Order: sequence, then C-alpha cells, then structure tokens
Amino acid sequence: MPLAGHSPPPFFRRGPTPLAKLLVLGSMAIAMAMVDARLHYLDWLRYGIATITQPVQSALSAPFSGLQAMLGYFAKVDTLRAEQARLRQRDIERAARVADADRLEAENLRLRTLLEMRTRMRQPARVAEIVASTRDPFTRRVLLDVGGNQGIESGEPVIDELGVVGQVTRVYPQHGEARLVTDRDQGVPVQVVRTGLRAVVFGAGGGQMELRFLAANVDVQAGDTLVTSGLDGLYPPGLPVARVLKVDRDADPVFARIRCQPIAAVEHHRHVLVLSGRAAATSGRPALAEEAIEAPSRTARKGRSH
Amino acid sequence: MLPTHGSSRILRPARRLHILLSLVFALALDLLPWGRLPGVPGFTALVLTFWCVREPLQVGLISAFMLGIVIDVAQGSVMGQHALAYVVLAFGAVTLSRRILWFTYLGQALHVLPLLLLAQITQMAVGLAADGEFPGWSYFLSSFVSTALWYPLGLLLLLPQFRPDEKDENRPI
Repeated sequence: MPLAGHSPPPFFRRGPTPLAKLLVLGSMAIAMAMVDARLHYLDWLRYGIATITQPVQSALSAPFSGLQAMLGYFAKVDTLRAEQARLRQRDIERAARVADADRLEAENLRLRTLLEMRTRMRQPARVAEIVASTRDPFTRRVLLDVGGNQGIESGEPVIDELGVVGQVTRVYPQHGEARLVTDRDQGVPVQVVRTGLRAVVFGAGGGQMELRFLAANVDVQAGDTLVTSGLDGLYPPGLPVARVLKVDRDADPVFARIRCQPIAAVEHHRHVLVLSGRAAATSGRPALAEEAIEAPSRTARKGRSH
Repeated sequence: MLPTHGSSRILRPARRLHILLSLVFALALDLLPWGRLPGVPGFTALVLTFWCVREPLQVGLISAFMLGIVIDVAQGSVMGQHALAYVVLAFGAVTLSRRILWFTYLGQALHVLPLLLLAQITQMAVGLAADGEFPGWSYFLSSFVSTALWYPLGLLLLLPQFRPDEKDENRPI
C-alpha cells in the first residue's frame, strides 16, 4: 500500500483505505479518552451501553458466585470452629467496651445539648457485597451488588469494620462501582491522630497509599494512625484510614515522602458498608458537602492540585 | 491442519451470522468476572484479529472500534482505551492479512504476537496517560496466552467452513 503517490485503481470498492480509517477512528478514540478522563462528558454513552451490558454481565457472573457459595459451604469444620472461638473471644473483650459505649453516648448527648450543638445523626448504611474487581488493570476499583435502585448515590463512602475502603464513583441501576482508597486518583482528607495534623492521603498503587505535599520537617512518624478528618463533609470524622509505614525525608528537598498502609482490608473483603452521603452532610459544612457529593472525582482532583 | 493460501483445501465462504456470533461469544467470555487474574487472554481481541486476517472485507476497523467501546464500558476503563487498541490491532491485521495467510499456523501466530503486544502497549499508554498505575509486567502475559490459542481457535472458528456442500465419499478436495 503506497503511502504517497498513485495507487492502482481498485477492482472492488472497499470504501476508505484502512490507513484513512485508522487515522479517523484512532483520533476519535484518543479524543474520547481525553474527554472521558478529564471532562466526564461521555457518561450518557457509558450509562446507555451499560444498561445492556450490565444485565448480561451479572447473568454471566451468576454461575461463578454460585460456585463460590458452594465451595464456601464445604469449608472445613476446623476453620469454622477456629473462627467461632476467635469471634467469641473478641465478643467478650468488647462486651465491657460496648456497655461503656452506651453510657458514654448518653453522656455525650447530654453534654451536646448542654453546649447546644447540633446532634450528630446516626448515619444510615447499607451492606453491600463486592461482586468482582474490575478487569481494568490501571485502576483499583470494585463492582458492588447494590446500585441506584437500592438508593446508592455517587460519592458515598464505603467502609468495612476496620476502616475506609473507598468511595462509590459510578452508579448503575443494579450495580455500583467503588474506587478503592489505593487507587491513584482517590484522595481522602485525613488527620494524624497523634498530632492533629490535617492532610490528604492518596492511593499510590501496589496496595499502598501516600501523604503528598507535606514539608520535609513535618511531624509524622512511622506507626502514626490517620483517621478521616470529616472536613469534606462526605466521610464521617474519625474513621481509620491508614497507618504510616515509612517516612523518607531525604528523597526530596521540599516534601517528605510518606508511605502508608490502608487499615481496612481493602483488597480482601467481600462484604462492605456503604454510608449514606446525605447524613454525613448534616454533620459537616452543608455547602461543601453538597458540592462534594455532586462531583466526587472533581473534589479529589482539586485536593490533589493543592 | 489449518488451511492457508498455500494449502489446496477449498473452504466454504464465511457466513456473516457466523462471524457475528463468534464475536458476540468472545465478548461474553471477556465479560466474565475474571477480576485481576494475570494472563487471561483478550478473547475479543483474538477473535477480532482472526476475522480481520481471514475476512478483511467483512470485519475491519469500524467493527473493532465499536467492540472496543463496548469492552471499555463493561470493564469500566477510560472510554476509548480498548477502542484505540483494537483499531490499531485491526489495522495491522487487515494490512498484513494477505501475507499472514501464506504462513503455517506457527508463522501466523508469530505474526499475531507483535500485533497483540502493540495493542496492549497502546492500551497501556492510554491507561497511564489517564493517571493509571503501572500494572506490572505480568500484564503482557495475556498476549502470549492469546498467541498460544491462535491454532485451536482457528480450527474452531473455521469448523463450519470445513463442512462439505453435499456428502460425497469420492469428493476430490
């Protein structure tokens, strides 16, 4: 196929040459990627196609989850017995603290009314199951078995019993897609428990997270616990997010490189809790919270550019 | 033996419906919940390459683009990531079609491997440009598994075309 000059006239009409098609379709694909990644204008097309592919996908994955359930049924008695013993021990350990919690809650309520503070609403939550992690190897996302029909909204935090797992980023009628905290695009506003320092922690890939843009002399040590600060009005304050693994102050003259390990079993668990975003908004600053719910990824990116 | 241009076997013409069904079936295989398992072949990419090589007049860049968009939505990746990779793949396959079909199945597979790798590299370039993380070298394992599947897949997809028009014991070819 000559790229320049005259080519012989074709015997059969084949339409535009493959090279012309490559140039047109290739630039179209690149334009779509740019528009989708930065501007989110193509969501209508995504949701349109997803209404067809999602039911097919869940039908196809049904035998697999059935198989998994069957294998789980035949789990060894030993494993179950050990787990029961462990749970009972934990139950006993926690009983005292639970009893104490009731008293503390009552006391807290009294003090809050004394201080005329707005009572923080107990946040409605919904148990969801992680159906699968998405096949896209460049991001860390999972598919949840709850969606718009179950009242899930984009931007809601996803947690497990240990801490924050991620955030709902896309909502289909029957399914939701959550971005894990270890994804490079996911930012969570946090506070260091020991010092009260506020920062934003980002996913770093490879199942780890990092605190970016903190001065090299910042007071953060390995072993520090990071909890949500609640400043975004989206995550309720005080949820454990990550533990500091290593602080490297020499790699960069300006910023410290702080590696963290997520506290929640981010890439292992099957059952998670999706917190309703509206209740979280009442505890934070309302205007900011609404903005955050409307555009979770935009706020994440905004935080990053600081 | 997979028939090539060099062999004397005459095949029945490929039917449109058959091509379409095989592509839909490959798409369904790609929609299975594979998760982050390394080395799972891209079934759609492989079947698409096969038909682009075998029937470049029926399956080409436009079908590749549309399949890519569907895969992008199903896997939740950046829109256009698979579309671009498949268009590049289809272009390579359509352009090399007349050359590839003169080779034996091993030679064909060796032609297909760089095409699949090129498609994966294209896909990775888009993924990394959209702030993704590097998925590790095992990501490229998928192309090698796909290449190994070239021969069995070829036999399977050409099976309907092997069928003779009428049953005749003394049929010469």
